[in-house]
Amino acid sequence: MRRSETVTASDPSTASAPRAGGLATLAVIGLAAGLMASLFGVGGGIVVVPLLILLVRYDARAATATSLAAIVVTAAAGTAAHGVLGNVHWGTAALVGIPAMAGVAAGVALKDRVSNRALTHGFAALLVAVAVRMLLP
Amino acid sequence: MIAEAVLVIALGVAAGLVAGLFGVGGGIIFVPTLSVILGLAQLDAEATSLLAIVPVAALGSWRQARAGTVRWRDAGIIGAVSAASAVGGALLADAAPERLLRAGFALLLLATAAQLVARARRAGDRGAGS
Repeated sequence: MRRSETVTASDPSTASAPRAGGLATLAVIGLAAGLMASLFGVGGGIVVVPLLILLVRYDARAATATSLAAIVVTAAAGTAAHGVLGNVHWGTAALVGIPAMAGVAAGVALKDRVSNRALTHGFAALLVAVAVRMLLP
Repeated sequence: MIAEAVLVIALGVAAGLVAGLFGVGGGIIFVPTLSVILGLAQLDAEATSLLAIVPVAALGSWRQARAGTVRWRDAGIIGAVSAASAVGGALLADAAPERLLRAGFALLLLATAAQLVARARRAGDRGAGS
Protein backbone atom coordinates (compact mmCIF):
# COMPACT_ATOMS: atom_id res chain seq x y z
CA MET A 1 0.00 0.00 0.00
CA ARG A 2 2.80 2.35 0.89
CA ARG A 3 4.25 2.18 -2.60
CA SER A 4 1.01 3.18 -4.32
CA GLU A 5 0.63 6.10 -1.96
CA THR A 6 3.98 7.53 -2.95
CA VAL A 7 3.18 7.03 -6.63
CA THR A 8 -0.16 8.74 -6.47
CA ALA A 9 0.96 11.52 -4.16
CA SER A 10 2.38 13.47 -7.10
CA ASP A 11 -0.75 12.94 -9.15
CA PRO A 12 -3.86 14.13 -7.30
CA SER A 13 -6.26 12.94 -10.02
CA THR A 14 -5.52 9.32 -9.16
CA ALA A 15 -4.98 9.74 -5.44
CA SER A 16 -8.51 8.92 -4.30
CA ALA A 17 -9.84 6.78 -7.13
CA PRO A 18 -7.52 5.03 -9.60
CA ARG A 19 -8.66 5.53 -13.19
CA ALA A 20 -11.14 3.13 -14.70
CA GLY A 21 -9.54 0.58 -17.02
CA GLY A 22 -9.37 1.03 -20.79
CA LEU A 23 -11.88 -1.07 -22.68
CA ALA A 24 -9.26 -2.94 -24.74
CA THR A 25 -7.17 -3.76 -21.68
CA LEU A 26 -10.16 -5.06 -19.76
CA ALA A 27 -11.26 -7.10 -22.79
CA VAL A 28 -7.84 -8.78 -23.01
CA ILE A 29 -7.97 -9.58 -19.28
CA GLY A 30 -11.48 -11.04 -19.74
CA LEU A 31 -10.37 -13.12 -22.72
CA ALA A 32 -7.51 -14.66 -20.73
CA ALA A 33 -9.73 -15.23 -17.69
CA GLY A 34 -12.39 -17.13 -19.66
CA LEU A 35 -9.85 -19.43 -21.31
CA MET A 36 -8.12 -20.16 -18.00
CA ALA A 37 -11.42 -20.87 -16.31
CA SER A 38 -12.73 -23.40 -18.80
CA LEU A 39 -9.39 -25.06 -19.50
CA PHE A 40 -8.35 -25.47 -15.86
CA GLY A 41 -11.54 -25.26 -13.81
CA VAL A 42 -10.37 -22.24 -11.83
CA GLY A 43 -11.92 -18.82 -11.61
CA GLY A 44 -9.15 -17.00 -13.42
CA GLY A 45 -8.20 -14.81 -10.46
CA ILE A 46 -4.64 -16.01 -10.87
CA VAL A 47 -4.40 -13.98 -14.11
CA VAL A 48 -7.02 -11.29 -13.45
CA VAL A 49 -5.60 -10.03 -10.13
CA PRO A 50 -1.98 -9.44 -11.31
CA LEU A 51 -3.15 -8.01 -14.65
CA LEU A 52 -5.47 -5.51 -12.94
CA ILE A 53 -2.59 -4.44 -10.70
CA LEU A 54 -0.02 -4.22 -13.51
CA LEU A 55 -2.10 -2.86 -16.39
CA VAL A 56 -4.90 -0.92 -14.72
CA ARG A 57 -3.01 0.18 -11.59
CA TYR A 58 -5.47 -1.32 -9.15
CA ASP A 59 -4.35 -1.79 -5.57
CA ALA A 60 -4.34 -5.40 -4.36
CA ARG A 61 -7.59 -5.12 -2.45
CA ALA A 62 -9.64 -3.63 -5.29
CA ALA A 63 -8.06 -6.11 -7.74
CA THR A 64 -9.07 -9.09 -5.60
CA ALA A 65 -12.61 -7.83 -5.04
CA THR A 66 -13.22 -6.87 -8.68
CA SER A 67 -11.72 -10.14 -9.91
CA LEU A 68 -14.04 -12.09 -7.63
CA ALA A 69 -17.09 -10.27 -9.01
CA ALA A 70 -16.03 -10.93 -12.62
CA ILE A 71 -15.40 -14.60 -11.80
CA VAL A 72 -19.08 -15.11 -10.97
CA VAL A 73 -19.90 -14.46 -14.63
CA THR A 74 -16.84 -16.33 -15.96
CA ALA A 75 -17.52 -19.46 -13.93
CA ALA A 76 -21.26 -19.42 -14.71
CA ALA A 77 -20.55 -19.25 -18.45
CA GLY A 78 -17.91 -21.99 -18.18
CA THR A 79 -20.31 -24.17 -16.19
CA ALA A 80 -23.06 -23.69 -18.78
CA ALA A 81 -20.75 -24.69 -21.63
CA HIS A 82 -19.33 -27.69 -19.76
CA GLY A 83 -22.87 -28.59 -18.66
CA VAL A 84 -24.04 -28.80 -22.27
CA LEU A 85 -21.02 -30.99 -23.02
CA GLY A 86 -22.05 -33.28 -20.14
CA ASN A 87 -18.95 -32.76 -17.98
CA VAL A 88 -20.53 -31.30 -14.82
CA HIS A 89 -21.32 -33.48 -11.78
CA TRP A 90 -24.02 -31.32 -10.23
CA GLY A 91 -24.44 -33.02 -6.83
CA THR A 92 -20.69 -33.30 -6.29
CA ALA A 93 -20.32 -29.57 -6.90
CA ALA A 94 -22.68 -28.94 -3.98
CA LEU A 95 -20.58 -31.23 -1.76
CA VAL A 96 -17.54 -28.93 -2.08
CA GLY A 97 -19.27 -25.66 -2.98
CA ILE A 98 -21.59 -25.34 0.02
CA PRO A 99 -18.84 -25.91 2.65
CA ALA A 100 -16.67 -23.48 0.69
CA MET A 101 -19.28 -20.76 1.14
CA ALA A 102 -18.79 -21.03 4.92
CA GLY A 103 -15.03 -20.96 4.37
CA VAL A 104 -14.99 -17.88 2.16
CA ALA A 105 -17.02 -15.85 4.65
CA ALA A 106 -14.51 -16.76 7.36
CA GLY A 107 -11.55 -16.05 5.06
CA VAL A 108 -12.75 -12.58 4.14
CA ALA A 109 -13.40 -11.80 7.82
CA LEU A 110 -9.94 -13.06 8.86
CA LYS A 111 -8.06 -11.37 6.03
CA ASP A 112 -7.19 -8.19 7.90
CA ARG A 113 -6.43 -9.92 11.18
CA VAL A 114 -3.91 -12.60 10.28
CA SER A 115 -0.31 -11.88 9.38
CA ASN A 116 -0.33 -13.83 6.19
CA ARG A 117 3.33 -14.12 5.25
CA ALA A 118 3.95 -17.50 6.86
CA LEU A 119 0.46 -18.56 5.81
CA THR A 120 1.18 -17.63 2.19
CA HIS A 121 4.42 -19.62 2.16
CA GLY A 122 2.66 -22.59 3.71
CA PHE A 123 -0.11 -22.46 1.14
CA ALA A 124 2.42 -22.12 -1.70
CA ALA A 125 4.28 -25.20 -0.43
CA LEU A 126 1.00 -27.14 -0.32
CA LEU A 127 0.26 -26.18 -3.94
CA VAL A 128 3.69 -27.44 -5.03
CA ALA A 129 3.05 -30.74 -3.23
CA VAL A 130 -0.33 -31.12 -4.94
CA ALA A 131 1.23 -30.30 -8.33
CA VAL A 132 3.86 -33.02 -7.85
CA ARG A 133 1.16 -35.50 -6.83
CA MET A 134 -0.85 -34.68 -9.95
CA LEU A 135 2.15 -34.99 -12.26
CA LEU A 136 2.80 -38.54 -10.98
CA PRO A 137 1.00 -41.20 -13.00
CA MET B 1 -17.12 -43.61 2.30
CA ILE B 2 -18.15 -41.43 5.24
CA ALA B 3 -14.52 -40.56 5.99
CA GLU B 4 -14.14 -39.57 2.35
CA ALA B 5 -17.20 -37.32 2.48
CA VAL B 6 -15.94 -35.65 5.66
CA LEU B 7 -12.54 -35.06 4.03
CA VAL B 8 -14.17 -33.59 0.92
CA ILE B 9 -16.37 -31.27 3.00
CA ALA B 10 -13.31 -30.17 5.04
CA LEU B 11 -11.42 -29.44 1.83
CA GLY B 12 -14.42 -27.48 0.60
CA VAL B 13 -14.23 -25.27 3.70
CA ALA B 14 -10.46 -24.93 3.20
CA ALA B 15 -10.97 -23.93 -0.45
CA GLY B 16 -13.33 -21.14 0.57
CA LEU B 17 -10.98 -20.03 3.34
CA VAL B 18 -8.00 -19.60 1.01
CA ALA B 19 -10.22 -17.94 -1.58
CA GLY B 20 -11.24 -15.36 1.01
CA LEU B 21 -7.73 -14.96 2.41
CA PHE B 22 -5.62 -14.89 -0.74
CA GLY B 23 -8.09 -14.01 -3.47
CA VAL B 24 -6.99 -17.12 -5.32
CA GLY B 25 -8.24 -20.54 -4.47
CA GLY B 26 -11.58 -22.10 -4.81
CA GLY B 27 -10.79 -23.93 -8.02
CA ILE B 28 -7.19 -24.55 -7.17
CA ILE B 29 -8.35 -26.71 -4.25
CA PHE B 30 -11.63 -27.96 -5.77
CA VAL B 31 -10.01 -29.58 -8.81
CA PRO B 32 -7.45 -31.76 -6.94
CA THR B 33 -10.12 -32.64 -4.34
CA LEU B 34 -12.48 -33.84 -7.05
CA SER B 35 -9.87 -35.61 -9.16
CA VAL B 36 -7.38 -37.03 -6.64
CA ILE B 37 -9.75 -37.80 -3.74
CA LEU B 38 -13.10 -38.44 -5.42
CA GLY B 39 -11.53 -39.92 -8.55
CA LEU B 40 -13.33 -37.78 -11.13
CA ALA B 41 -11.72 -37.50 -14.56
CA GLN B 42 -9.68 -34.30 -14.89
CA LEU B 43 -12.17 -32.82 -17.38
CA ASP B 44 -15.14 -33.55 -15.12
CA ALA B 45 -13.28 -32.26 -12.05
CA GLU B 46 -12.60 -28.96 -13.82
CA ALA B 47 -16.18 -28.58 -15.06
CA THR B 48 -17.61 -29.42 -11.63
CA SER B 49 -15.17 -27.05 -9.93
CA LEU B 50 -16.46 -24.19 -12.10
CA LEU B 51 -19.99 -24.78 -10.86
CA ALA B 52 -18.82 -24.84 -7.23
CA ILE B 53 -16.95 -21.56 -7.78
CA VAL B 54 -20.10 -19.62 -8.73
CA PRO B 55 -21.71 -19.34 -5.25
CA VAL B 56 -18.33 -18.96 -3.53
CA ALA B 57 -17.27 -16.04 -5.74
CA ALA B 58 -20.75 -14.50 -5.49
CA LEU B 59 -20.65 -14.62 -1.69
CA GLY B 60 -17.05 -13.39 -1.52
CA SER B 61 -17.66 -10.41 -3.78
CA TRP B 62 -20.91 -9.57 -1.99
CA ARG B 63 -18.97 -9.39 1.32
CA GLN B 64 -16.29 -7.20 -0.28
CA ALA B 65 -18.83 -5.06 -2.12
CA ARG B 66 -20.01 -3.81 1.24
CA ALA B 67 -16.48 -2.50 1.82
CA GLY B 68 -16.79 -0.69 -1.51
CA THR B 69 -13.78 -2.28 -3.18
CA VAL B 70 -15.50 -3.84 -6.21
CA ARG B 71 -15.32 -1.71 -9.39
CA TRP B 72 -18.51 -2.85 -11.05
CA ARG B 73 -17.97 -1.37 -14.51
CA ASP B 74 -14.60 -3.08 -14.93
CA ALA B 75 -15.85 -6.33 -13.41
CA GLY B 76 -18.78 -6.26 -15.86
CA ILE B 77 -16.56 -5.81 -18.91
CA ILE B 78 -14.12 -8.53 -17.84
CA GLY B 79 -17.03 -10.85 -17.00
CA ALA B 80 -18.82 -10.30 -20.31
CA VAL B 81 -15.71 -10.91 -22.44
CA SER B 82 -14.65 -13.89 -20.33
CA ALA B 83 -18.08 -15.51 -20.80
CA ALA B 84 -17.39 -15.77 -24.54
CA SER B 85 -13.85 -17.12 -24.17
CA ALA B 86 -15.02 -19.52 -21.43
CA VAL B 87 -17.29 -21.22 -23.98
CA GLY B 88 -14.33 -21.54 -26.36
CA GLY B 89 -12.16 -22.86 -23.56
CA ALA B 90 -14.74 -25.49 -22.64
CA LEU B 91 -14.77 -26.80 -26.22
CA LEU B 92 -10.96 -26.96 -26.21
CA ALA B 93 -10.86 -28.73 -22.84
CA ASP B 94 -13.50 -31.19 -23.99
CA ALA B 95 -11.34 -32.16 -26.96
CA ALA B 96 -8.01 -32.21 -25.10
CA PRO B 97 -6.43 -35.44 -23.83
CA GLU B 98 -6.81 -36.13 -20.09
CA ARG B 99 -3.06 -36.21 -19.46
CA LEU B 100 -2.54 -32.81 -21.07
CA LEU B 101 -5.29 -31.24 -18.95
CA ARG B 102 -3.79 -32.73 -15.81
CA ALA B 103 -0.25 -31.61 -16.61
CA GLY B 104 -1.52 -28.14 -17.51
CA PHE B 105 -3.31 -27.90 -14.20
CA ALA B 106 -0.20 -29.00 -12.29
CA LEU B 107 1.79 -26.24 -14.04
CA LEU B 108 -0.90 -23.74 -13.09
CA LEU B 109 -0.50 -24.80 -9.44
CA LEU B 110 3.25 -24.20 -9.62
CA ALA B 111 2.72 -20.78 -11.24
CA THR B 112 0.21 -19.88 -8.53
CA ALA B 113 2.64 -20.91 -5.78
CA ALA B 114 5.38 -18.77 -7.36
CA GLN B 115 3.07 -15.79 -7.64
CA LEU B 116 1.94 -16.07 -4.00
CA VAL B 117 5.54 -16.15 -2.79
CA ALA B 118 6.44 -13.16 -4.97
CA ARG B 119 3.44 -11.26 -3.66
CA ALA B 120 4.34 -12.02 -0.02
CA ARG B 121 7.90 -10.89 -0.70
CA ARG B 122 6.73 -7.58 -2.16
CA ALA B 123 4.43 -7.03 0.80
CA GLY B 124 7.38 -7.82 3.09
CA ASP B 125 9.59 -5.26 1.32
CA ARG B 126 7.08 -2.56 2.04
CA GLY B 127 7.13 -3.26 5.75
CA ALA B 128 3.76 -4.07 7.23
CA GLY B 129 2.32 -4.86 3.82
CA SER B 130 -1.27 -5.49 2.93
